[in-house]
Amino acid sequence: MNNTTLKLFQGIGRYGVLLALLALILFGWLRYENFLGTFNVLSVLRYNSMFALVALGMCFVIITGGIDLSVGSTAALGSVVAALLSPYGVVPGLLGGLAAGLAVGACNAFIITRLNILPFIATLATMLAASGCALLLAGNQSVSVSYESGFVELGQGDFLGFPIPAWIALIAYLLGSLVLNLTSFGRTVLAIGGNEDATRLMGLPAQRVKALVYLASGGLAGLAGVILAAQFGAGQPIEGVGWELFAIAAVVVGGTLLTGGVGSVGSTLAGVLLLGLIFNILNFENGLGWISLSAYWQSVIRGAFLLLVVAIQARLSMRAEEAA
Amino acid sequence: MAESATTLPPAHRTSRLDIGSLLTRHGAWIALALLILVNLAITPNFATWQTLNVNLTQVCAIVIVGVGMTLVIATGGIDLSVGALMAIAGSLAPLIFLGKLFPLPHPAVGIALAFVVPVVVAAAFGWFNGWLVTRLRIQPIIATLVLFIAGRGIAQVLTNGNLQVFNLPNFQFIGLGRVFGIPFQAVLMIVIVAAAAWMLRRTVFGRQILAIGGNEKAARLSGIPVTSVKQRVYLISGLLSGIAGLIVIARNSAADANLVGLGMELDAIAAVAVGGTLLTGGRATVIGTLVGALIIQLVRYTLLANGVPDAAALVAKAGIIVLAVWLQRQSHR
Repeated sequence: MNNTTLKLFQGIGRYGVLLALLALILFGWLRYENFLGTFNVLSVLRYNSMFALVALGMCFVIITGGIDLSVGSTAALGSVVAALLSPYGVVPGLLGGLAAGLAVGACNAFIITRLNILPFIATLATMLAASGCALLLAGNQSVSVSYESGFVELGQGDFLGFPIPAWIALIAYLLGSLVLNLTSFGRTVLAIGGNEDATRLMGLPAQRVKALVYLASGGLAGLAGVILAAQFGAGQPIEGVGWELFAIAAVVVGGTLLTGGVGSVGSTLAGVLLLGLIFNILNFENGLGWISLSAYWQSVIRGAFLLLVVAIQARLSMRAEEAA
Repeated sequence: MAESATTLPPAHRTSRLDIGSLLTRHGAWIALALLILVNLAITPNFATWQTLNVNLTQVCAIVIVGVGMTLVIATGGIDLSVGALMAIAGSLAPLIFLGKLFPLPHPAVGIALAFVVPVVVAAAFGWFNGWLVTRLRIQPIIATLVLFIAGRGIAQVLTNGNLQVFNLPNFQFIGLGRVFGIPFQAVLMIVIVAAAAWMLRRTVFGRQILAIGGNEKAARLSGIPVTSVKQRVYLISGLLSGIAGLIVIARNSAADANLVGLGMELDAIAAVAVGGTLLTGGRATVIGTLVGALIIQLVRYTLLANGVPDAAALVAKAGIIVLAVWLQRQSHR
């Protein structure tokens, strides 16, 4: 691939998702009353902030050329731990969920970097283990959150008129973007995805950076679990099924290549919002009463959307290869 | 394992090395044997016909899907859509034999079509996966992610998310019938495993699959029709998922698009990994996948039969997967 075509391809991958997002918002604004109303915008942001956190961790993992299948059940585990600790206050609940996520992330890091097992299979195993732990801790049922301690504010509250979970996600994305673009850690993350052996031979701490990436992914998933528990008032051990694949889809739609080495935090956020808005628009469309599409259509539409994006990406990269 | 074709073990040197390589190469068999012995010792009523049948019926769907998964993984790919394809096949069959899609001239026609159409549809979706992988050159994990997400949605849209209940012994024979006292689904499973094992070891197609997984570029340069081989492999995986979907709904006397095949992709991959197939492709064993599925099931059964909650069994399953893959890595150093 020569440099200009590669840049062109990356540019379309990166800005294509923003264009699609803008087009979708424009469509919604023109078609539905109240689509851009405060209530709808804030509830979309509130609901999707959990997925945004999970997708952020996934974005880093995928840039290193790996994958993290455990994020969904890690979020479930985080929500259960947070709910169990919520009677003691906001901070114990928050830190408990975060710690649970970090623990799963640490297991992933150990299995992948020390035992040298493929990320796919390592995180598949921890996915099962985290789900088992969540069910054991919760006694196979959802755990109610304490409403006295103010813990639910983490999911339901507002700060400066903006939902608290959206603040958390926003701060996480700002930090993530800074780390990826401006620090040597971020550069090492990109280098590992480009060529892991070369990174190691250059003397960069590839193993340590990889371990930290999985740790961060686990922590973010735990945080998403805290928000899940706070938003819906319960720790939910069986929630989170399929979150990992939703996150992967968001990252891919955002133009991050699954082969690693290339990626952007901002367009991952755009990918999350894009997939989230599809559901929102479906609701509005049903509200108009012209047609009645069941909620089941959303996964069909999401799948079709993912197909469209990857097909375009594939076409572009084939073009680029031919041009090279 | 018996059918690992591309990496034949080196000439045997000393007897001590032999024990080491025996342990790592046949670890799955040894683990299975140990599990059976432990169960004979501690689990009450283990050595009964019923225990065998319960465990066999629990693994049938996983093994049948796992066979397709083994072939896909042998080419260096992965198929995440298997569970969703099971849901599509499982939802389609009742729609057909209950006459909801089109009027039926005779109930027998409905049953015949309910066997054929869902499996063909699932195979067609599998072919579509292969098309994405080979023609558009999309990575297998993303290509099959499309149908993982959309496939279950298609099944839910088809049935409007409703549970379809039925009682149709002729159709349900595939899940409930018995041949000489053995569950028919177990017979079907063994036939499929034997056929696939033979194919992988003895036919040109099987050799081509392993060659592609070993080194795709080299395979292409040596004149192997990579595209068509891969396409067929994904088609087979879809077809087997369709059959597994029919078995599951027949067993339950009900089809629920939300639940049929849920999580199956992970169970199948786990069985493949524990069975000793190399996840990066090039070395595969179908019988190993059968053994892998049996190990995972037996561990779960052992724990459940001895009063350990199902959730803890999940943690144990995770441990087995990591341990098995780690041991295989050690043996291929």
